[in-house]
Amino acid sequence: MKHKFDYPDEKGHFGIFGGRYVSETLIPALSELCDAYDEAKGDITFFDEINKYLGDYVGRPTPLYFAEGMTEKLGGAKIYLKREDLAHTGAHKINNTIGQIILADRMGKKRIIAETGAGQHGVATATVCALMGKECVIYMGEEDTKRQALNVERMKLLGAEVKPVTSGTRTLKDAMNEAMRDWVTYVRDTFYVIGSVAGPHPYPMMVRDFQSVIGREAKEQIFEKEGRLPDLLLACVGGGSNAMGLFYPFIQDEEVKKTGVEAAGHGIESNQHSATITAGSVGVLHGSKTYLLQDKNGQIQEAHSIAAGLDYPGVGPEHSYFNDINAVDYTAVTDEEALQGLSFLSRTEGIIPALETAHAIAYAKKVAPKMSKDEIIIICLSGRGDKDMHTVMGLL
Amino acid sequence: MSRIDKKFVELKEQNKAALVCYITAGDPDINSTKDIVYNLEKSGADIIELGIPFSDPMADGPTIQLASERALAKGTSLKDVLDSVAEIRNNSDIPIILFGYYNPFLAYGLEQFCKDARSAGADGVLVVDLPPEESSEFKDVLEEHGLNLIFLLAPTSDKERIELVSKNGSGFIYLVSVTGVTGARPDMNYSLEELTVEIKKISKLPVGIGFGVSSAAQAKEIASFSDAVIVGSALIKIIENCNDDLAGKLSDFVNGLSEACYR
Repeated sequence: MKHKFDYPDEKGHFGIFGGRYVSETLIPALSELCDAYDEAKGDITFFDEINKYLGDYVGRPTPLYFAEGMTEKLGGAKIYLKREDLAHTGAHKINNTIGQIILADRMGKKRIIAETGAGQHGVATATVCALMGKECVIYMGEEDTKRQALNVERMKLLGAEVKPVTSGTRTLKDAMNEAMRDWVTYVRDTFYVIGSVAGPHPYPMMVRDFQSVIGREAKEQIFEKEGRLPDLLLACVGGGSNAMGLFYPFIQDEEVKKTGVEAAGHGIESNQHSATITAGSVGVLHGSKTYLLQDKNGQIQEAHSIAAGLDYPGVGPEHSYFNDINAVDYTAVTDEEALQGLSFLSRTEGIIPALETAHAIAYAKKVAPKMSKDEIIIICLSGRGDKDMHTVMGLL
Repeated sequence: MSRIDKKFVELKEQNKAALVCYITAGDPDINSTKDIVYNLEKSGADIIELGIPFSDPMADGPTIQLASERALAKGTSLKDVLDSVAEIRNNSDIPIILFGYYNPFLAYGLEQFCKDARSAGADGVLVVDLPPEESSEFKDVLEEHGLNLIFLLAPTSDKERIELVSKNGSGFIYLVSVTGVTGARPDMNYSLEELTVEIKKISKLPVGIGFGVSSAAQAKEIASFSDAVIVGSALIKIIENCNDDLAGKLSDFVNGLSEACYR
């Protein structure tokens, strides 16, 4: 029997989740990608190159910072912040784009495309394309280009073409549809850099692998500082890449609790949220079987979150699997709670987190006071909040 | 033998490639759908593909995306489409394929869907985002209810893919003419003929070609070396842009295509 954490299988399934639900045209491209990734994994120079850039360019390892002010204020567990906001471009997304674009280069692909919600993945992709001399096209929902205007300008400055997507709900899911359409059309010379642990196999596995650097470092760092494993890991979950990156290296340490914090938007009962695992049901979207927000006819529903990066009606299939085998708990906090979380961390630690990250902070505010002072929480501080000033202004 | 199989046998005797017409069910509304189907049949269509509208039609170009949005805005569900098929069966025996994305079928329940599709009189399904390796569950239930499962092949498909599709599919093979999404294209790639020959070496199933067919001239070319010509976006455009005499305009266009399908 397969060990419960020994996934995906050779077809990309995590239990019943994941897989490769795409049109036939893309199947050979996905197989080619799988083969190229397998081959690269066996080549030490591939990792040498990734590590060189992660160190000298991204600035890894990112610090594991003991948040003394936050810990004192909440009066419970010791809180550490894994500072992905200090990575180049201001979020964890670059861990993955470095890996995928080095892979694209090995495969001889000259044109890079990506979807983006908050713009963080778009910026990280555009950045690495500038670094490596690749043509770069970013698909972004028109709605998101407005609320994340700063990131649009950053991408343009980096030489990327930003294509606003006007179909459907004009957010992340539609950007992903459009990127898939581009890929299916220019599949022979184009590499599609998916930004989350979502999409068809091998993306959920590959993005997990590239983001796992977060958890590997955090594990080493917490042993240095505390000489033991933490008690709880917290991270926000939209597609779920930063959460997967932090959780995965601890997944076999079952005594370490893990909680993924989804976006409850205006509240679960309002039906305007992005809490896919908390309130969704199983279906197929964007190439994999996973929890989704959908109506009774199987039409995908519009997600809502104040955080553009969480505003997605699906979630990475491995998260769905972790939920069903109780390896990770999933919960949700509202827009309002996230705003309070953002304000709280800014005032107590002098760190303005991204609105996405603020969801994890908000949940920490609830749970840390109930824990004892000798317990330890690590929160993935997945990104910095500069991009959100426009959204936050007037609300706080 | 399914209605689809019989149709291909019958057309072979007439030396005609099947004219397969795709329309999005519920566009402009579900009542028009059956009238459009009757019109298409009368004008020379041999097989109908009814598109099941989906909120996230990843493999479709702008024309079918918009048709899908219009149909969804009218509240068209898979259940409505099945009801419409049942009504069509009162007047027509034309083979009908339900063409869509997997999630609406899943949400309906695969078993329940097959039961209802069979009793409505549908003949097969084509699920764009369900390649053979993910299809075993659906395939078993479809087979049990005597429904065909049609798969796509693409210019990127190799021998192994052709074999897999040939082994798992029924009805016919839908060969996507170009890499890309659906949509009418003025120029087509005629090295398709070689690919069609390759597929026919491996599979006994008829091979139909679609994605981008928009004129009788293209239809004639494709009909010369394949078993079916599949037209979609070009029809949707007529429906979309039509202010009056939709029946006449569709009929003129489809008549021309149908004649072009005779070899």
